[in-house]
Parts: sequence; C-alpha cells; structure tokens
Amino acid sequence: MTEFLTALFVTPFVDIASGPIFFGEVVIGGLMAGVMYSMVALGFVLIFKASGVFNFAQGVMVLFAALTLVGFMERGLPLWLSLLLATGVMILLAFAIERAVLRPLVNQDPFTLLMATIGLTFFLEGVGELVWGSNVKKLDIGIPDDSFEVAGMLVNQFELIAALVAAVLVTALAILSQKTTIGRALRAVADDHQAATAVGIPLQTIWVTVWSVAGIVALVAGIMWGAKSGVQFSLSLIALKALPVLILGGLTSIPGAIVGGLIIGVGEKVGEVYWGPAIGGAIENWFAYVLAMVFLLFRPHGLFGEEIIERV
Amino acid sequence: MLYRETGQFKTSYRRDQAIFPIAQDRWSIGVIMVIAYLVIPVIANEYWLQAILIPFLIFALAALGLNLLTGYAGQLSLGTGGFMAVGAYAAYKMTTAFPDVPILLVLLLSGVFAAAVGIIFGLPSLRIKGLYLAVATLAAQFFLIWLFNRVAWFYNYNPSGTITAPPRTFLGVMITGPEATATVRYLVALSFLMLFALVAKNLVRSEIGRTWMAIRDMDVAAEIIGIRPLTTKLSAFATSSFYCGVAGALLLFLYLGSVETLAFDIAVSFEVLFMVIIGGMGSIMGSIIGAAFITFMPILLTNAPHLIGVDLPVDLAKELETIIFGGLIIVFLIVEPHGLARLWQIGKEKLRRWPFPY
Repeated sequence: MTEFLTALFVTPFVDIASGPIFFGEVVIGGLMAGVMYSMVALGFVLIFKASGVFNFAQGVMVLFAALTLVGFMERGLPLWLSLLLATGVMILLAFAIERAVLRPLVNQDPFTLLMATIGLTFFLEGVGELVWGSNVKKLDIGIPDDSFEVAGMLVNQFELIAALVAAVLVTALAILSQKTTIGRALRAVADDHQAATAVGIPLQTIWVTVWSVAGIVALVAGIMWGAKSGVQFSLSLIALKALPVLILGGLTSIPGAIVGGLIIGVGEKVGEVYWGPAIGGAIENWFAYVLAMVFLLFRPHGLFGEEIIERV
Repeated sequence: MLYRETGQFKTSYRRDQAIFPIAQDRWSIGVIMVIAYLVIPVIANEYWLQAILIPFLIFALAALGLNLLTGYAGQLSLGTGGFMAVGAYAAYKMTTAFPDVPILLVLLLSGVFAAAVGIIFGLPSLRIKGLYLAVATLAAQFFLIWLFNRVAWFYNYNPSGTITAPPRTFLGVMITGPEATATVRYLVALSFLMLFALVAKNLVRSEIGRTWMAIRDMDVAAEIIGIRPLTTKLSAFATSSFYCGVAGALLLFLYLGSVETLAFDIAVSFEVLFMVIIGGMGSIMGSIIGAAFITFMPILLTNAPHLIGVDLPVDLAKELETIIFGGLIIVFLIVEPHGLARLWQIGKEKLRRWPFPY
C-alpha cells in the first residue's frame, strides 16, 4: 500500500525534478498535442455559439474534409485546386445540413438536435466510406517532420507548424468575428437568436455561414491530423478526444477551446508519463475526462464558458 | 368505437389508480403476455430467439434504466455502457466466488454494485448540469472500461481477458452456460423485463418519480419547495444504474455467454441513448418500443435487399446500412421529436374516436 502511495505522491515529483529537460520535452509535446485537439474543438465551439447545436458530427466532418481532399489529390489534381474544391464541398455540405437538418428542427430542444447530429455522423461516415473508399490514405502536403533542438529539448517541426497553423486560424477567426460585418452578425446571433432576427439578421444565412466556417476549420484540422497519422476512420473518434477540451474551456468560448486544449494536452501527457506507471498505464483514455471533470467541479460552466443564469 | 371507456365505472380508489384503467388495455396486455410467454417460445426458431428477441429484451431493460435517469430525472448520462459492465463483472465475480448462490439472486445483487458505482459517478451531477454532465459521465464510461481491462482480478486472471458465464441451473433447469436453451434464456429475460418494468412504472407514479420529474422540469423551483436535490439526483442515478447493471449481467449470462469490455463500449452507451430518444423520453412503454426499433432496424436493413431481390456486395450493404440508419434517425427526429411513445399516444387518442370523426 505504501509503495502505491509513494508511487502516486512522491516518485512523480522526484522524477520531474531530477529530469527537467525530459519534463520540458513532455510538456512541449503535450502543448502540441493540445493544439491539435483545440483545432477540432474550435469547430464545436463555433457552431454551438452561433446556433446552439452541439454538433457531434464535427469529428466526422474533420474526417470527411480530409477524405475529400485526399480523394481529389489522388485523382491527380494539384494541391491548391484540391484545397479549393474541398473547401467548396464543405460549404455545399453546410448548405445541405442547414436545409435538411437544421431548418426542420428549428426550436427543438438541445437533446433532439444533438441526436440529429449523431444521426448525421452515421450518415456522413457512410457517405464518406461509399464515395472515397475505406482504406487508410496517406496525406502528404509537404510538411516536414524532423526534430530539432531548442535549449536542449527535442522539438518536432511538424508539431511546431501545427501550432503555427492553429495560431493563424484563431487569429483569422478573431479578425472575422471582431472586424467584419458578418462577424458582428455571428456574434449577435450567438447572443440571442430572437433579438438578432428582430434586428433583421437572417438566421438561416448565418447558420449556413457558421457551418461553412466550421467546415473549413474541420478541413484544416483534418489536414493536420491526416498528415500526422494518415486519413483513416478512427479520425472520426477525435470528436471524443475533443470533448474534454470543450467542457474544460467552456462550450461557448474560442479562447476556452485553445486554453482547454493546452491544459488537456499537457495534463494527459504528463499524467501518462509520470503517474501512468503507478496506476497501471494506458490511462490516456479517461485521464482527460477526469481532469476536465475536476475543473468542472470548481467552474461548472468551464473555465471561460458562459454562465447560464437560471430563472425560476 | 372499440376503444371507448364509456360504461367503465371505477368503484374503488384501487381500481381508479390501476396502471391500465381501461379494460381494453388490460385485455391487450393480457394477450401480449400470452403471446410473449406461450406462443413465441413455441413458434420462434433458434435464430430469432437468440439473435433478435433476447438482445431486444436485455437492451429494453437498459433503455428503461437510462430513461429513468434521462427522461424522468433529466440527467443526461452517457455512461450506460460502463454501468452495464459493472453489473456484468460483479455478477461474474460473485458467481465464481460463491457458486452455490442462486443465479437469479446473483443477477439481482449485481445491480446493487452497479447502483453503488452509479451513486459515486452521479455525485458530479450535484454541481454540473446539461451537456457538461453528459461529458462528465463519459469519464465514468471510459474509466470503468479501463478498470475492467487493466485490473486482472476482475476477470479472474484469465489470460484472454474475457469473462465467461459459468453454467448455472434454477429449479433444475439450465439457465446459463452453453447447455441452456434459447427458449429458457428468452423466458428468463422476459420475466426480468416484465418485473423491472412493473417496478419502474410504479416508481415513476410514486413520490420518488414526482421528485425526479420536478428536478427535471425546474430544479431550482423544486429545491425551493423542499425537494432535496442530493437525494433525488443520487436516487435517480442509483436506480438507473441498478437497471443498467442487471441488464449488463443479463447480457453476459443470457445473451453473449462470454464477453470482454468491448461489449460495453461507448457505442453501446450511444445505442441505448438512441433507444431512449427514439422511444420517447419519460415513458416506460417508450423505452421498450425504442429498444425494439433500434434492435430490429439493422436486421431489417441487412435483410431488405435480399427480400427485394437485389444482391449487394457486403461492404456496400454495410455502408448503405450506416447511411440509411443515420438518415432514418434524422427523419424520425424531424417527424416526431417526442418519440414513438408520443406517436402511440396520438394513435390511442384517434382510436377512441374511430370510426367517428369527432
């Protein structure tokens, strides 16, 4: 018993203190992994903010976007054309989803919409498999994958580029939302649907826009994840990994998605490396969730989430 | 015309409070019981019993449990698979450690363990609400599956990591194990479902059920009028986990025979949640109808091409099945978001007038 307690409370800290460079590497690896999760979580947040729908199909949209891109590239089209076409496909998908799923279900309660997006997950998964085939595809868009040293710690070039891409994406989204008219309309709809309609903002157009933007974010996330581990069907399970990021950061906050991703990424890696051997290893599956849950106990709406004021 | 209640006068409070106050309902339930207990075991073949009816009954029990938690108490939970796993592993450990204890008692006691675990993982619901709670229950799902994979004591240090239901008898009849016939297992599953459905119906009509529904509808107001959220929410989690635990134990002993943690994966949690949503949240009958829908539909979808005469290659059929399943879910939610139980209720209302227009 004592050795379990020591392994839990003493050994990890001793290990951290005695190997600071390795700890630094683990932390940096965690930050990078977290950035990848954040990219997926961003799509969730965008849609939830603007239309109140928890889009469980975001993971499958990431997969679908990556599949479309690879599919076009495999047909021999150059990269820039494939990117353009893939973006077009995601925008068309947004139109179709709004018309077929969101409009008939307008004003239903959130559970129903969640279930509808789960149905959408199955649907898109099947269509993706039908159209593009179900074998693992390699996605090579020229991102270098070697490591280099910074202050004695090994840093992977690919992960650095992923972090840069995420930073660019978030900046672009921030500029979109703060400086453009359409961004202002998105923020208005996110605040209050009915008031936005009263002012004359067309709800349906906004929803199509939001789902398109989320689709493009999904495409970027799909490219990064696909380049990292190949485009395969387990990519749709990334949604499950992004959920703790979402609830930690708050369902309605873009900075929350980033910060939540970083915390979850670091927490998961550090937990696995230093606490994993004490508990039994392979704790990555649930550690992120438990970590998020612990945070939730102190801030029930996530770190940056909107506090829901209940009126009786 | 046939379904009218005219002429049926209740002469005692007991009659008035009956679960099926209309005589036609009582007759229909009687007929269904007779068919379920006497006719189906005789006419159904092995495949139908083993592969379709038994899993339907077991998942109906699990859906009932989840409906109590999500439909009546309003706490969305995605940990159903984990609680079913607790029941299955608890039953396995108990019956291998105490082989002389009657198997039916073991199955019921496995629910108690699941209820205890449910209370522990239900504690966050006191602070967290809505979608955040759903994701927190996913922590329960993933943690429990990891636990049963990782701690070898749970599967008796078996090198393959699977647990196998040992053969057990009841009143001289073999109930579990490879010798047990599909008919016997079907009857046991049916009896469990009937008993638990009766208990659930009475629970939701009683004070506990009303406190659950109060917390679901307006939890702040409920607290103000004196309903304790702690005991209410935890009792909901406990009862629901009890049902799911027993369903998990039945899954092991009566349906699969031999199981590993993959059988209680997150896919199962989502499947049961589908059953509850499609069947109708907050309805006992709805859980059973929803379970029937979700269990029968893949089989229908797989066999439909054969029946029409079109032969598809296996992978294409599988993909089409996934597409149609997803599409059907969406269409269904658009058509009737309150589930099949609501459609049934509307049907009954129309039946009362039929064939007259008003």
